[in-house]
Amino acid sequence: MIFGTGILKGLFVTLKNFVTSYFRKPDNGGIFTVQYPEERDKAIEAFRNFPFLAYDGTPDKVRCVACGICERECPPKCIHIVMEIDPLGKPARRPSVFEIDHGLCMNCGMCEDVCPFDSIYMDHAFEVTAADRGKELVRPKEALLKSNDYFLKIRPGTATLVDQKRRAAEEKKKLSRAATLPPQGPVS
Amino acid sequence: MSMPPFLRDIEFAVDLSLVNAKGWCLDLLGHFLPDWTVVLASIVISGVAILALGPLVMMYLTLLERKVIGRIQNRYGPNRVGKWGLLQPIADGIKMFTKEDIVPAQADKIVHFLAPVVIVVPALMVFLVVPFGERMTAVNLNIGLLYFIAVSSITTIPIFMGSWASRNKYSLLGGMRTAAQMISYEIPMTLSVVPVIMMSQSLSTNTIVMTQVGDLDLHWFIFTPWGLVGFLIYFLCAVAECNRPPFDLPEAESELVAGFHTEYSGMKFALFYMAEYMNAFTLCGIATTLFLGGWQGPFFPSWLWFFGKTFALICVMIWFRGTLPRFRVDQLMGFAWKFLLPLTLINIPVAALWFFVPERLAWLYSIAIFAVSFWGLVKLNCAFVPEKRIYPLAD
Repeated sequence: MIFGTGILKGLFVTLKNFVTSYFRKPDNGGIFTVQYPEERDKAIEAFRNFPFLAYDGTPDKVRCVACGICERECPPKCIHIVMEIDPLGKPARRPSVFEIDHGLCMNCGMCEDVCPFDSIYMDHAFEVTAADRGKELVRPKEALLKSNDYFLKIRPGTATLVDQKRRAAEEKKKLSRAATLPPQGPVS
Repeated sequence: MSMPPFLRDIEFAVDLSLVNAKGWCLDLLGHFLPDWTVVLASIVISGVAILALGPLVMMYLTLLERKVIGRIQNRYGPNRVGKWGLLQPIADGIKMFTKEDIVPAQADKIVHFLAPVVIVVPALMVFLVVPFGERMTAVNLNIGLLYFIAVSSITTIPIFMGSWASRNKYSLLGGMRTAAQMISYEIPMTLSVVPVIMMSQSLSTNTIVMTQVGDLDLHWFIFTPWGLVGFLIYFLCAVAECNRPPFDLPEAESELVAGFHTEYSGMKFALFYMAEYMNAFTLCGIATTLFLGGWQGPFFPSWLWFFGKTFALICVMIWFRGTLPRFRVDQLMGFAWKFLLPLTLINIPVAALWFFVPERLAWLYSIAIFAVSFWGLVKLNCAFVPEKRIYPLAD
């Protein structure tokens, strides 16, 4: 063992890295930097960023019933929900106000976990900017609403599972409704 | 080996193209202006060339370093500003100029201000004796090498000035370390140069280059045993002299924030940086001059050879930075005093041996001497490791 061979070995490692960075593929010891604005990494399905509200078909068919579970569970308390009141003065079971403060949201995804109505899901859109951090980062309902098709597009795995579950639940509901005839009143 | 005369002529013409360009400019001036202005212009042209070269070299060395280190770490390095990031140094320069200049309230204001100004001066002064090419030494001093060693060692003082004036414990520690390190490494560096002086029997950098003339222009000192060992020692000391990793203890960011330039910001900080990079360049340039045959080399013009060799050495410095972790202080000092210094002292008689003994025999002798002394020094430098105690009841 000659004094200094360890240093030479180390130097050889870095030299190899330097040379191979010019022609090797990223997964083979080459450069794995992604030149962001021009190139993008392939989106991972489990990637999560600020939540969105899923709706079926048209934006007025919101899945959210404004139960407020997510509002209560949200650790940084970034969700604000107000139930819509119908002309009769009864709660309409949908949100009139649904706001998320992107300045507060920490992308934990707990709202998605706790939502019993398959309504709130984590998004893939991460390029969220605003000129003013006080007001503009509080996103209103209109900005949060996204169609189920979008959900299917960005997270096909989760979305199809959710769809299956919802369809099965609907079938079951229909069956049970048929079994307990006649209905005693409008069940929503 | 002799080249065909016409090739030699072409090479000569390209070689001296820069020198001729200067001469042509002076001729042109001579037609219109009195003689004394021509002399003045000659000085100004050389001076401006050096004053422009220093910062320019420094700016692009930072880019080169960032690029090479990036590649070593499997990144691209700067590539946004201009093609391949070529305008990055200019952007950095603008950033440096627009930054706020902060002086600590308790600092010694005058010395704090003077340190970054003073540090650039020796770094630029050293450029005077660097032979950039055939007939391209700004001042052909007959004590060029002595001048270089003297001036480059002044760098310690402004660094210490800056660290003392900052009135900051980290700065001061960094400054103390700098002083200790630079003074220690100056000794083996100077002694490693001695065989070169012995062989060329001159202190003039030009003459040293000229004594390395030979077949194919490849009669460099590094191809001799004492030259090789001298070069290795000189280069290690040079890395330590300009405080670059793995000898960057004065600015060890993990312990000392930034060492002597902790309290400097903006352009003052940039001046420290500039001096450091210019020192790295000149030290590599002098290494080239002393051991790698200076601007000697076949086929290409002399200045291209000089810059090629110098940049190769700088790349090795960057390579060191990308590879090696920092020394411990005691190891650093021990390396200089207990390893490099004895080796340089052995190197000097070996050079003498080379002078008096025929070549083949001299090779044999020198290899034997170096092998034995290397082995001996390594043995002597081995730290005492106590025998591992065994605790029979522990397990």
